[in-house]
Amino acid sequence: MAAPNTEARQDGRLAGLRQQAGRLGARVRRLLRRLPGADRLVPRARLAWAGLSRSSGGPRAGWRVVAAKEFGDNIGSIRFVILLVIIGLACVGAVVTAAGSLRDAATEASQTPSPFLLLFTFAPQDQTIPAFVALVAFLGPLLGIAFGFDAVNQERADGTLPRLISQPIYRDDVVNGKFVAGLATIGVTLVILVAVTSGVGILRLGITPSAGDVVRMLVYLVITLAYIGVWLAFAVLCSVLLRRAATAALAAISAWLVLTLFGSWLAGVISNVVGPDDAIGQARLEYTLSQVTPSGLYDASAAALLDPSVRSVGLLFAEQLDRAVPGTLPLSQSMLVVWPQLTALIAGCVVLFTAAYVAFLRQEIRA
Amino acid sequence: MSEPAPAIWTHALTKHYGDTVAVDKLDLSVPPGEVFGLLGPNGAGKTTTILMLLGLSEPTAGRVRVVGLDPTRSAIDVKRRVGYVPDSVGFYNHLTGRENLQYTAALNGLDRTAGEQRAATLLKEVGLEERADEPVRVYSRGMKQRLGIADALIKNPDVLILDEPTVGLDPRGADHVLELVTRLATERGVAILLSSHLLGQVQAICNRIGIFVRGKMVASGTVDELAAQHGGRMTVEVEVAEQGADLRPVLEGIPDVVQISRDGDRWLVGVQHDVRRELATRLAAANLTVVHLRQRTEELGAIYRRYFREEEDGSSEH
Repeated sequence: MAAPNTEARQDGRLAGLRQQAGRLGARVRRLLRRLPGADRLVPRARLAWAGLSRSSGGPRAGWRVVAAKEFGDNIGSIRFVILLVIIGLACVGAVVTAAGSLRDAATEASQTPSPFLLLFTFAPQDQTIPAFVALVAFLGPLLGIAFGFDAVNQERADGTLPRLISQPIYRDDVVNGKFVAGLATIGVTLVILVAVTSGVGILRLGITPSAGDVVRMLVYLVITLAYIGVWLAFAVLCSVLLRRAATAALAAISAWLVLTLFGSWLAGVISNVVGPDDAIGQARLEYTLSQVTPSGLYDASAAALLDPSVRSVGLLFAEQLDRAVPGTLPLSQSMLVVWPQLTALIAGCVVLFTAAYVAFLRQEIRA
Repeated sequence: MSEPAPAIWTHALTKHYGDTVAVDKLDLSVPPGEVFGLLGPNGAGKTTTILMLLGLSEPTAGRVRVVGLDPTRSAIDVKRRVGYVPDSVGFYNHLTGRENLQYTAALNGLDRTAGEQRAATLLKEVGLEERADEPVRVYSRGMKQRLGIADALIKNPDVLILDEPTVGLDPRGADHVLELVTRLATERGVAILLSSHLLGQVQAICNRIGIFVRGKMVASGTVDELAAQHGGRMTVEVEVAEQGADLRPVLEGIPDVVQISRDGDRWLVGVQHDVRRELATRLAAANLTVVHLRQRTEELGAIYRRYFREEEDGSSEH
């Protein structure tokens, strides 16, 4: 009784594409399921996450199955491709511009400790395109929002949530799995971005990164992941609290715009209005306020990590720099400089995720 | 060990949402192999009851045992043995029917090959094998409902719970689903609880029915018991091929026949309980050919409506 399905035939080409994407997703899922050691790790994770007062002998890893499926969906989704292309183009543009200016000032560049890392932090004054790090700080949250804003409410809207949680998995497996899948997708995106831009930069500039540069880039990746993780957790929280995916996306995007675009401006205004009368006091307050926003924390961390000559973040006075010998810091010292910022980013991510987690567990399943 | 332990059992099960009582002291018992129909209007507390049976919602008071386990404490073990097809079941639209089932299989701890096999078997069983590799987006409601049943069967459940399985289906789709449900109960001995607000379907396939109004089970039993409980009479329609024949003498010989009348070619027999078998035997003995023999369903409908009227009267008092 297979009636000819006109709809399916009409967009046969699209279906073919989707099938390919689906196949890719399935392959990724299969790979993930084969992750070594996951079977041993899971019971312990179980205890840590959800072992309280629950009977033993659950299925091997509900969250892993959820994460594998969601990761496959993310990677095969159109929004992944769009974001990757847009952010990728912007970043390549930034690096190419930076490389051009750096090559012009080749002698100057050769004196800096890590000319390769300059590719990512250097924005020529006369160019309109910002530096790579600034672009990632600005556009990165979009990635987090894109893979989190419909995590839970879409399942509700499609009526898949009751079916999903009536399977023998814990309820937290759903939100854990989705969060892990989001982080993994963002991680993949970042690795692709950094790899492509590095490649382009190396070709344009003719400088290969040193081992130290590579390690710094890796640490930078982790920090970026934590920064975008904050936004992912926030988006997942929105998806738990707000019933409609569109509302959740709007809420997350407006928070992003306010904090990223107007964050520093707001900090300035607030410190002007409520701050002390002296300029130094106001500057202190402004700096403190800017460190409340994820982008403020991230900017400081990225600056110190990617530029070994940065020896301090925050306010510096002329007398503090008096007779200071310019020099470079090893990675461990750079990390020490921004340790508070790193901790705050990771803590923010954890706090927001916990909020989403608790909110989801307390919710009634009925729509 | 006189009877098998009930697959679903509740005692004084109660659920409050704030001040409203969604389920009020529900007693329920469904043995394996039985199809129990939870019949009631929308908002009567059917879905709330089902969620409590699955451990997805915590009872305010009372006790629940599903396959002998407490769903609140052993949620995972219960969910491993209970298949659930929610009200207007949803699937991931971008995945195919097969992929959706394989995901469920993975969530149930089946490995890849086992999951693929199981999905293929069940897709065949519910008649979706030809459309299995199309995305669920293009499925009709009836197909989704059947896929929902296949999905619930992945875990090879001892208990199957269906919430409004035929809502929004055309009659053929509904028949298809109901036939599938009946087969599961008889062939696999699965205990089936199905909720519906459609009397006709519940009556057709359920062994027992509970009428559920405003959180309370106001009546339960087989269709005949329900009819008898409420002093209700049933009407049996009879028609024989010999049109001139007078059935009155034959009919009057049957005990419990209280009324006999004619409606065109058909005889209407008012009885206290189901006498169709005896009626058929006696008519055959009298050399009459039965061409039509049907118990009118209006009687249960009348009971059902009466409860609903009481419900309306009750609410108008407030």
